[in-house]
Amino acid sequence: MPQEIFAYRRENGTFGVRNHVLILPLDDLSNAAAEGVAKLIPGTLAIPHAYGRLQFGEDLDLFFRTLIGTGANPNVSACVVIGIEPNWTQRVVDGIATTGKPAAMFSIEGAGDLRTIERASRTAIGFLQRASEQRRERVDFTKAIVSMKCGESDTTTGLASCPAMGQFAERHTGAGGTVLFGETSELTGGEHIVAGRMATPLLRDRFMKIFNDYVGFIEAQGVDLFGSQPTQGNIAGGLTTIEEKALGNIQKMGKCQVAGVLEPAMPPAGPGLHFMDTSSAAAEHITLMAAAGAVIHLFATGQGNIIGNPIVPVIKISGNPHTVATMSEHIDIDVTGLLRREITLPQVGDVVMESVARTANGRLTAAELLGHREFVLTKLYRSA
Amino acid sequence: MTHKFLVHAPGDSVGVAVEPISAGETVHGVVLEDNSTTTITARDGIPLGHKIALVPLSAGDSVTKYGESIGRALASIVPGQHLHVHNVKSARW
Repeated sequence: MPQEIFAYRRENGTFGVRNHVLILPLDDLSNAAAEGVAKLIPGTLAIPHAYGRLQFGEDLDLFFRTLIGTGANPNVSACVVIGIEPNWTQRVVDGIATTGKPAAMFSIEGAGDLRTIERASRTAIGFLQRASEQRRERVDFTKAIVSMKCGESDTTTGLASCPAMGQFAERHTGAGGTVLFGETSELTGGEHIVAGRMATPLLRDRFMKIFNDYVGFIEAQGVDLFGSQPTQGNIAGGLTTIEEKALGNIQKMGKCQVAGVLEPAMPPAGPGLHFMDTSSAAAEHITLMAAAGAVIHLFATGQGNIIGNPIVPVIKISGNPHTVATMSEHIDIDVTGLLRREITLPQVGDVVMESVARTANGRLTAAELLGHREFVLTKLYRSA
Repeated sequence: MTHKFLVHAPGDSVGVAVEPISAGETVHGVVLEDNSTTTITARDGIPLGHKIALVPLSAGDSVTKYGESIGRALASIVPGQHLHVHNVKSARW
């Protein structure tokens, strides 16, 4: 990295670039109590969501993996979990507590919202005071997990902002770091190239099975994604087909091989570039990546996606001169110079590395400054 | 001579306008992979980020960008024409 990075060291040896005290509702019913605690104790962060009741099977597994992974994320100092009933709430707290960080659970049945808010607030105070005394230490940032996605893409994404992320992917993984990408649906037309980058035949088979299962799922609905992929925003920006969109999208891989294929919200087992099976919807995608342990997210946009995340700083990169001019408050890195050929791709890579370093050291991103905290769980199918 | 469009790979059937191009304008482009240059006269106005055809295409022909197919031409296309959803369709859906 171009500069030293100072971050919050966690009990399990990981480090975070933010120091949130999280108030995590187990389920939709507990959002009000979680938000009540965050209102009483400024400086804590509630992340309401829509699910957590009557889920089952693979969908329930993913739900637990996502909630536990969110609380376990190194950007979280400590976590209060509030649920309507104690069993599932305890399961989430136990999962988070394996990291060694403070985690506490409160259940509402038999106590009511008000008593629960008071009890949880007293614990949150202790967690927040503890967090306030935690200090950043020098860390080896090559150990960090960084995730990537593009959104509201256009042709400038493939020309500039995705290649800029590709530079980061090459350099961070080259130094021994871990980078995640996903967007299963938006690889359509470029899936053969992604498959060709898999480090082993086994990974290639797993990737193609995930991709073909997704295609089969769409076909089983009796529809295709014409009119949905590319989106209206993509088309306005000059993207004509899903193949063109995908070929621009995968520029974010740089020249990297793929070292792993992950289920949604699954932490990577080792360094390198990893593919995760995710939706291409930005909030769901980044929520899954954060649950897998990503501490910073790079986001390339053409037409101007404004996504953020409650616990992970999202760095926006755009190569569209119109977007950079009209939506400047949302863009962290302007790479329009690549279109004008005023700057080379390696020079852009330096700029991205520096921005990641500054963000890791505490500089707030555009999405953080504007209060973008989109936290959206991926639902695989309807509840019971 | 300032370029007004970029081409991802040599042999691509399209370039991408990095500045708005007017119909009738003769414009220069650069191929990113090898820095070679090419010149073409636009038949249509091409908005920033949209594609200009560099080679003649017949209906059904594969349209290439990044050296890969991005879909099929729906009609005959001549060099300099605007190439988008009105004359190109995905081969996937």
